[in-house]
Amino acid sequence: MELQQIWIILIAVLWMGYFVLEGFDFGVGILLPVIGKSEQERRALLTTLGPVWDGNEVWLLVAGGATFAAFPEWYATLFSGFYLPLLLILVALILRGVAFEYRSKRSDPTWRKRWDAAIVVGSFVPALLWGVAFANIVRGVPMRLGEQGNSLYDGGFFNLLNPYALVGGLTTLTLFMTHGAIFLALKTDGEIRVRANKLAGQIGLVATVIAVIFLLWTQLAYSDKAWTWALVVVAALCWLAGLAMNRAGREGWSFLFSAITLAGAVAFLFSVLYPNVMPASNDPALSLTIWNASSSDYTLRIMTIVAVIFTPIVLAYQSWTYWVFRKRVSPSQITNADHGSLDLPGEGTTGEKIGV
Amino acid sequence: MNALDLSRWQFAITTVYHFLFVPITIGTSFLVAGMQTAWYRTGNEKWLRATKFFGKLFLINFAMGVVTGIVQEFQFGMNWSDYSRFVGDIFGAPLAIEGLLAFFLESTFLGLWIFGWDRLPKKLHLATIWLAAIGTVLSAYFILAANSFMQNPVGYEINPQTQRAEMTDIGQVLGQPLAIITFTHVITMAFLVSGLFVAGISAWLLFKGRSLDVVRSTLKLGSITALVAFVLTGITGDAQATKMVEVQPMKMAAAEALYETAAPAPFSIFTIGTLDGSEPIFSIDIPHGLSLLATHSWDGEVQGINNLQAQYEEQFGPGDYRPNIPMAYWNFRLMIGFGALGALIAAWMLWVTRKDRIPTTKWFPRLALFSIILPLLGSSTGWIFTEMGRQPWVVFGLMQTQFGVSPTVTVAQVLTSMIVFTLLYGALAVVEVGLLMRAVKIGPPDSAEHSYPDKLGEDRPLTVTY
Repeated sequence: MELQQIWIILIAVLWMGYFVLEGFDFGVGILLPVIGKSEQERRALLTTLGPVWDGNEVWLLVAGGATFAAFPEWYATLFSGFYLPLLLILVALILRGVAFEYRSKRSDPTWRKRWDAAIVVGSFVPALLWGVAFANIVRGVPMRLGEQGNSLYDGGFFNLLNPYALVGGLTTLTLFMTHGAIFLALKTDGEIRVRANKLAGQIGLVATVIAVIFLLWTQLAYSDKAWTWALVVVAALCWLAGLAMNRAGREGWSFLFSAITLAGAVAFLFSVLYPNVMPASNDPALSLTIWNASSSDYTLRIMTIVAVIFTPIVLAYQSWTYWVFRKRVSPSQITNADHGSLDLPGEGTTGEKIGV
Repeated sequence: MNALDLSRWQFAITTVYHFLFVPITIGTSFLVAGMQTAWYRTGNEKWLRATKFFGKLFLINFAMGVVTGIVQEFQFGMNWSDYSRFVGDIFGAPLAIEGLLAFFLESTFLGLWIFGWDRLPKKLHLATIWLAAIGTVLSAYFILAANSFMQNPVGYEINPQTQRAEMTDIGQVLGQPLAIITFTHVITMAFLVSGLFVAGISAWLLFKGRSLDVVRSTLKLGSITALVAFVLTGITGDAQATKMVEVQPMKMAAAEALYETAAPAPFSIFTIGTLDGSEPIFSIDIPHGLSLLATHSWDGEVQGINNLQAQYEEQFGPGDYRPNIPMAYWNFRLMIGFGALGALIAAWMLWVTRKDRIPTTKWFPRLALFSIILPLLGSSTGWIFTEMGRQPWVVFGLMQTQFGVSPTVTVAQVLTSMIVFTLLYGALAVVEVGLLMRAVKIGPPDSAEHSYPDKLGEDRPLTVTY
């Protein structure tokens, strides 16, 4: 196997990790006010993410860094081409990251409400736009030849808002929302667990319809490989299994299946693309492929060694974190709504008193 | 304004802003780890209270560092795509390694530290903050190695077919002396910043008579850290300047506004004038000073701007190879001045609080809080000097900044993103400083006790929640 092939697989794996992990914390973020009816419940929801969300987001940073290192042409053309959607994603990620850390720092209900809104919007926007971005890559974008003979993105912002890409966006959005609800059903206790379970089933149905349309559309319109049907089938079956397990109240299995679905969907998109990484819709000669977008063999070799040594270590300690925090979080554990807040004397205690 | 200028402004704004949080994160993670270790070893409850208090401040700051850091990684591709194409083979590697080795370590173990008080045994919990701290330093190392490549490209060759730089030796890229020197300079600076961060806040609380047992100790810890770090920052800065004379003589000539090659060369402390090579109105010079600093010899020759300009024209073709001289000259001085003033205040705080004294002058808490800003300004001006002093190059001698900008990104796009980032960052700064001030006003907890689970996985209620 060539180094370029190893690296496109590794980058696909990083995106799988990102979609599976940050996928659920996007879902939890979007559903925060829907599932968390009271302050106590919302804090319980956020506490399920507390120890892990930042580590989840690093998967994106590493995917970005790995793309830069292994396929600089792709990184350069993609990031400069998708400028405004990426700006929106960045703003959303900034807002939601800060919101997680700051929302409970004051007990003032307005303060908390505003940060909650930031969490919802900050989770919604990337959940939608990652799908839009990936769908556009699969669909192909107009490209032109640059001065140094490289392929440059040659479409505007609105070019990215086509029906197929919007279906792609809705797919990731609804998949992440379902995935997040399943995660909550697995990680919480009490009423929110019941609510999350029910909601996972409902949103899951919507997601099923949209995702099936998206997968079929992708396979029929953009895949030149018959074997990618296999991935469509695997993803679809796992999704249905996940929903069935959710119905049966088998939360662990449900989460596992929805995680496999997300990973499978990423694998499917990368397989449809292969060996392209950014096909040109106007002229195939302009397409970026793993061959013409890659770094030198030397760099790829070094990076392979680094990845082989450190990825297992990272996986080990990150999994261990999930194990350490495996206990369910129950709203009843949160006995003081002002806990952790930086209220000055005279402030606070106006928030919902809990345990009443 | 064209897209190039706007992209440069945006990079400057977002980077300088991001780098306000970085040194606080690096240094304070170690100081908090030290406090927790002191508690672990002595069992003295004041160190637990210090850990909880400064840990809280540290986390408020860390959140900002994390979210503004994401922008940094994306920006190379978004705004500097031709740069990314040109150096991706070399520059991308340390960035990816930084993510894999450092970001995962920092974020995962910090998550474990914050929420692990009720879940981890005592020793393991202590280990998590140390691992997070190590992550911050690793992160600094890799990004500074990448930056050092821009200052002094090594371990590469230009591929004749693609005209792109390709890595030939990762050992040189990660291990070149400039990278190691810059790393030591940045890390020691981070401890100067964090030392004053801890000392300044402690001094304010001391004046207010709050948690005296805690803040007396942390004031000492912070001030002494700052003072030692200042000396080390000076030593590493001197090493860096000497290295810079070797690899980027134009930057150091600009730092001194030295137009003509001189042996011996004087060190200019202060100048009133245009710095355009004409006779200054007023200036204070130390004879032989620059020779000593730059070459470590009494009469060492230091090249001047005009000579270097002529030399570069011969080497690279016609063009202006001079950076913005007043910016280089003044930022270099401000960097040293801010750092030194910060250290001076640290020494003063230590002196006036000797033997458990509590100063009564109102200047004490004011100067104490003000001192926190000084090394941060020193760090910012230092970076502005380093990066502007490299101009017109983005990769010294290989690629000029103007050729690195994204060819497809429009003025409207960059203007939009620049305004969005500036407004967002401005608003977040207000929120962040507001929260820090609240946390300081509340001060360390009056008492603290903590019992850890005896073993991993023991079931007990959570006390830390989001």
